[in-house]
Amino acid sequence: MFVLVVGVGRVGASVAKRALERGDTVSVLDRDALSHEQLEQGMSTTWEEAGGLFTVGAALESEALIAAGVERADVFVAATNGDNTNLVVAQIAKERFQVAKVIARVLDPARAEWYGQRGGIETICGTSRAIELVDTTIASAEAGS
Amino acid sequence: MYVVIAGGGKVGVNLARELLEKGYEVTLIEQRRDRYTVIEDELEHVVQYGDATEMWVLERAGVLRADLLVAVTGDDEDNILICQMAKEKYMCERIVARVNNPRNVEHFNLLGIRPAVSATNMILRLIEHEVPKIGLVHLLELTDDQIEIIEVEVIEGAPAANAAVADIPLPDGSLIISVLRPDGGFVPRADTVIGAGDEVLVVLAPGLEEQVAAVFNVPSPS
Repeated sequence: MFVLVVGVGRVGASVAKRALERGDTVSVLDRDALSHEQLEQGMSTTWEEAGGLFTVGAALESEALIAAGVERADVFVAATNGDNTNLVVAQIAKERFQVAKVIARVLDPARAEWYGQRGGIETICGTSRAIELVDTTIASAEAGS
Repeated sequence: MYVVIAGGGKVGVNLARELLEKGYEVTLIEQRRDRYTVIEDELEHVVQYGDATEMWVLERAGVLRADLLVAVTGDDEDNILICQMAKEKYMCERIVARVNNPRNVEHFNLLGIRPAVSATNMILRLIEHEVPKIGLVHLLELTDDQIEIIEVEVIEGAPAANAAVADIPLPDGSLIISVLRPDGGFVPRADTVIGAGDEVLVVLAPGLEEQVAAVFNVPSPS
């Protein structure tokens, strides 16, 4: 599988490394060349030595997406720190480049839900998960007291 | 008519002022606290504070009853999202989007956000119009209606040079609507003879530009 991850933050870097460990071909795109360091945290080799691909460029630039291999991607992960950037670039990957599986990380639960239901792209909302977990924990504390 | 404007920068505020003057009902949404304070001094209750890409902010602004939504923030992703939600989630009939980076025009088109207005591209068009010899200038594009108007200069030796309008081999779907000469423009008749140096306005269906240009500013193969 060819996995393209856009945005190398905590989520993007970890997802990229795990996919590489599973044997996928992994390409990452980030506008900041220094994000390379975050990617190599905890690795014994460099990202490239481990077989990873790295492209510096903006998510919304078609040339950068193409250089990062969007045209042969099986999975596309939009994990920049901007919800709106993720939702737009994910739709571009789906509509223009026909990537089979497109995932966007979205922090706002409302936008994540609506765009998830709209079809085409999948949205993953860490905020909703955190809310549920915290709420469940509080509820169980209340039940125990 | 009720208009919701997302983005209280120079464009948004001036639009709000003009529309209020015309008697429209307007709500302007601005997400930066300091900017909001400044424009709220002038526009008062017309301005609402918040991020227009948040659904509750759009709903509070009354997007559900808006006749028109205008997204003119300084961020193209935001403008795309605001318009997409207004159109598809809130069934707003008309939208207008601002394109900040002209390279993003293709993304607006891909995602069906129309009309998308790029100030840079509009100024470029004007420059092309002012600087002759570029050949072909797009004057108007009505994408939804599949109609364009272009301006093209006639060169010596082109099929149209020294030919009567009726004899010019234009492709189907195009029509000469005006001839511009230094002493003024006019609407030609079938027997008007077009000369080298004339500029002609042609209305045409999209995609015919090259064929049309070939008639006016490419020398005939000899």
